Amino acid sequence: MITLERRPEPSRMWQALTPVLAVVLTMIAGGLLFALLGKDPFEAIRTIFWDPLFNPQFASYSRPQLLVKAAPLILIAIGLSLGFRAGIWNIGAEGQYIVGAICGAAVGLAFYPTEAIYIFPLMVLAGAIGGTLWAMIPAVLKIRFGTNEILVSLMLVYVAEQLLASMALGALRNPDGGGFPGSRNLQQYPSAANPELIAGTGAHWGVVAAFIAVIAAYVLLNKHLLGYQIKLTGQAPRAARFAGVRPNVLIALCLGISGGLAGLAGLFEVSGPAGQISIDFNSFYGFTAIIVAFLGRLHPIGILLAGLLMALTYIGGELAQFMLGIPSAAIQAFQGMLLFFLLGVDVLSNFRIRIKPKQVA
Amino acid sequence: MNLMKTLLGAVAAAAIGGAAMAEDPLKVGFIYVGPIGDGGWTYEHNKGRLAVEEHFGDAVETVFQESVPEGADAERAMTQMALSGADLIFTTSFGYMDPTINVAANFPDVKFEHATGYKRADNVSTYSARFYEGRAIQGHIAGKMTETNKIGYIASFPIPEVIRGINSAYIHASRVNPDVEFNIVWAYTWFDPAKEADAANALIEQGADVILQHTDSTAPLAAAQAKGGVIGFGQASDMSEYAPFPRVSSIIDDWAPYYIARVQAVMDGTWESTDTWDGIGPGMVAIGEITDAVPAEVAEEAMAMKEALADGSYHAFTGPINKQDGTVWLAEGETADDGTLAGMDFYVEGITAEIPN
Amino acid sequence: MDLSSINPLILLASLMVASTPILLAAIGELVVEKSGVLNLGVEGMMIVGAVTGFIAAVNLDSPTLGFIAAALGGALLSLLFGFLTQVLLSNQVATGLALTLFGLGIAALMGQNYVGIRAPATSDVPLGPLADIPVLGPVLFQHDAMIYISIGIVAAVWYVLTRTRAGLILRAVGESHDAAHALGYKVVRIRLMAIAFGGACAGLGGAYLSLVRVPQWTEGMTAGAGWIALAIVVFASWKPWRALLGAYLFGGITVLQLNLQAAGLKIPVEYLSMSPYLITILVLVIMSRDRTRAALNAPAALGKPFHASS
Repeated sequence: MITLERRPEPSRMWQALTPVLAVVLTMIAGGLLFALLGKDPFEAIRTIFWDPLFNPQFASYSRPQLLVKAAPLILIAIGLSLGFRAGIWNIGAEGQYIVGAICGAAVGLAFYPTEAIYIFPLMVLAGAIGGTLWAMIPAVLKIRFGTNEILVSLMLVYVAEQLLASMALGALRNPDGGGFPGSRNLQQYPSAANPELIAGTGAHWGVVAAFIAVIAAYVLLNKHLLGYQIKLTGQAPRAARFAGVRPNVLIALCLGISGGLAGLAGLFEVSGPAGQISIDFNSFYGFTAIIVAFLGRLHPIGILLAGLLMALTYIGGELAQFMLGIPSAAIQAFQGMLLFFLLGVDVLSNFRIRIKPKQVA
Repeated sequence: MNLMKTLLGAVAAAAIGGAAMAEDPLKVGFIYVGPIGDGGWTYEHNKGRLAVEEHFGDAVETVFQESVPEGADAERAMTQMALSGADLIFTTSFGYMDPTINVAANFPDVKFEHATGYKRADNVSTYSARFYEGRAIQGHIAGKMTETNKIGYIASFPIPEVIRGINSAYIHASRVNPDVEFNIVWAYTWFDPAKEADAANALIEQGADVILQHTDSTAPLAAAQAKGGVIGFGQASDMSEYAPFPRVSSIIDDWAPYYIARVQAVMDGTWESTDTWDGIGPGMVAIGEITDAVPAEVAEEAMAMKEALADGSYHAFTGPINKQDGTVWLAEGETADDGTLAGMDFYVEGITAEIPN
Repeated sequence: MDLSSINPLILLASLMVASTPILLAAIGELVVEKSGVLNLGVEGMMIVGAVTGFIAAVNLDSPTLGFIAAALGGALLSLLFGFLTQVLLSNQVATGLALTLFGLGIAALMGQNYVGIRAPATSDVPLGPLADIPVLGPVLFQHDAMIYISIGIVAAVWYVLTRTRAGLILRAVGESHDAAHALGYKVVRIRLMAIAFGGACAGLGGAYLSLVRVPQWTEGMTAGAGWIALAIVVFASWKPWRALLGAYLFGGITVLQLNLQAAGLKIPVEYLSMSPYLITILVLVIMSRDRTRAALNAPAALGKPFHASS
């Protein structure tokens, strides 16, 4: 009988090897899926993993896009990981992302058409504050009434979506847009735009912010008292209390930080790559970031890598769709498989597999 | 990053053998906002794509990408398609407007066609369909058929396209039946079959015996059928599976003639940036078969209106028409100009509801 | 505006229809969570149920077989989650989310050839004279079988959880898997059974959408119902009858807001559209003011991996 035996320490070797193993397994299973759909599996796999990075036709464009796609995921996931470590479940980053974008864009549009250097920083501030405040609703309700933050943050996603539609059609609608929905395009308003900072790299302020967040989170978790408190609360809530952790402060901080980062991600997206507030502005970054956070094992560096890997499958998946005619549903299923394998093989880092003779009960 | 390199090395090894470069047929790309299986908007655009393939055979190669979110993802999808050698790209949702313009600026040799927008460039055309012509016919049938004088309207978002449809339907319903009343429910979604079913039920409970819809699923028709005695119309696609009752007719988006014409234009080298807003006449809007559930005389009137709309002898917005607040919009015999129609943000006189926002 | 035109009895009847998909998914997830497992893949299991149910119903021309297939489809998918989280001890939150992604993709692939087809009609349960009772008849006794079955499942779950030994064991596993294991219960096996039950219920909920409420197959047709079901479980503080209440409340407000619009109420539509979510939060806040009781109901081992390493 096969049994699992817990390792005293997670195996470093396997921690490095499991992602590779998972990707290889996904290629096999995904290849089978694509073969079933009548597509050449080798070509499909190559298109997804190789072409965005090295195909001469696309790579110079797709490679920077990797950063553009990964940045909001990483930024949000970093914030979420702090709360998740402490057992505080913010499932509503999608809503905080939306509200951050609305607040930031609103500030920028309020100044239109004034050109001034202080506008963009004010927008960044507004985006962060908007996201933070939206996240403080579940925080306050949890602290004051003990209301479950999973439910409140999730419900607020749907409220935020309605708010977004209302803003795109109402208050923030482009007055020169002939009655069509959607705000002015911030890319075309230099003081409010979040452009590519160095041409050809894809790096905009959101990418910079994502890298800063990764480093800050790393420092916080390893060097700072708050990081210690977060880790302790997650591992041993009672001990944490004795160690002087004030749970309510921690709830407010974790939800606030994750909301603020999600709001920032929304602001950078609306002022940069997306350009405008529209009815369908949000595209599931808030939920995908939850997966990214766990794929990265809630570790800042892990999240960075996981975010880039997710972005690669998105962009490679897009290429596979129109190059090979693979339906987007198959790409979605393929991404699901990749996640399953990544999560599943992780067992090898923490456990040893032993084959024992079957015990007689 | 080492990890990534390791992974990629493995893939590279697995993927020996490159894609053969094809002979160069005209490459036509399509960017869709929904899945091709949505049974509505994207489904019909994809039918247009298939018609292009069938018409031109080996002379074209079509590619498409479905479920592309509006915004950053759309810009990337278009750019990658252009990089892959597409000669003509159709971007089929309003929200792709700015991305299309941006990408088109980077690829002056690629032609772009943006559906339902208003921004053009030397290599960007726009095209849209005058669905309100179809709404006029629906309104006529609805006004004649209703017995409760209550017509339910399931609307998506308060944008000009939807408001135009409501006005057109109301004008023609109230011309044949002055007592008619419109109950409008805004679903605030393009696509949520369950919510559309609930909206239809709510309207039917309010006494509506005709349901018009500007959302894409067949759920309202199914709700009408379940209640019995309520009629509805197919939207975007024919929805003939609900004929002859409750679906008595339909408005169909038929993009095939336009797509074929534009591909042909690129092949002939005659393509130029244009603004197309076609209706029933050129066949961009088709009216699905009017079933026997509609009395013959009403069906004849509807067909006559269709002919008049098609040959241009009748415009769906012909005065006298007042705005909701009673001010004159169109004088006797005056027809609406396209600018006002394109940005329509008011109801006509007689509709009692208010536009959200 | 004419509010009197909203008939509360008809509203009640239609809210039952609108709530049933969420209720079915929620009651299944409730059992899963009671066993100490958090499966966030409800949306994925629902949509797979919707498509397998639809395919089976169309090909076999029987809604009943469709529902059975949907339950099997949902359960099968959930066992994938079960295998990963229970045997390979993967993280439950992330695995659940991945399950949603995977389910949406697979369902769309399976349903490619079923767009624009009609499902065979489900008939109302012939309850004879009951259906003719004035007032109550149309509200309570003129529905399809799944509505009664869903209420039956709620009752059964309540009975099993609170009144039987099996329920006691399930709760024990959810409270402390180590203690349950020490007592000789097969924690993993029990949890796998709970997960499969949850998947089957979610599958039924999805099929109720594709076979009764809509009824049609389209990609993405669950449109977030699975997430609402997850929220309902928390809202119900893991009590079966309260899940029924929560689902009916949520469905009721959704239907009511559409009715208010249809009746011409002059409240901005976007606020009406937000109302189901806001009111759910509000009711939960009121209920959770009594902190001690709400906290007691959450299974203590929820979301924690179990490994019998002793």
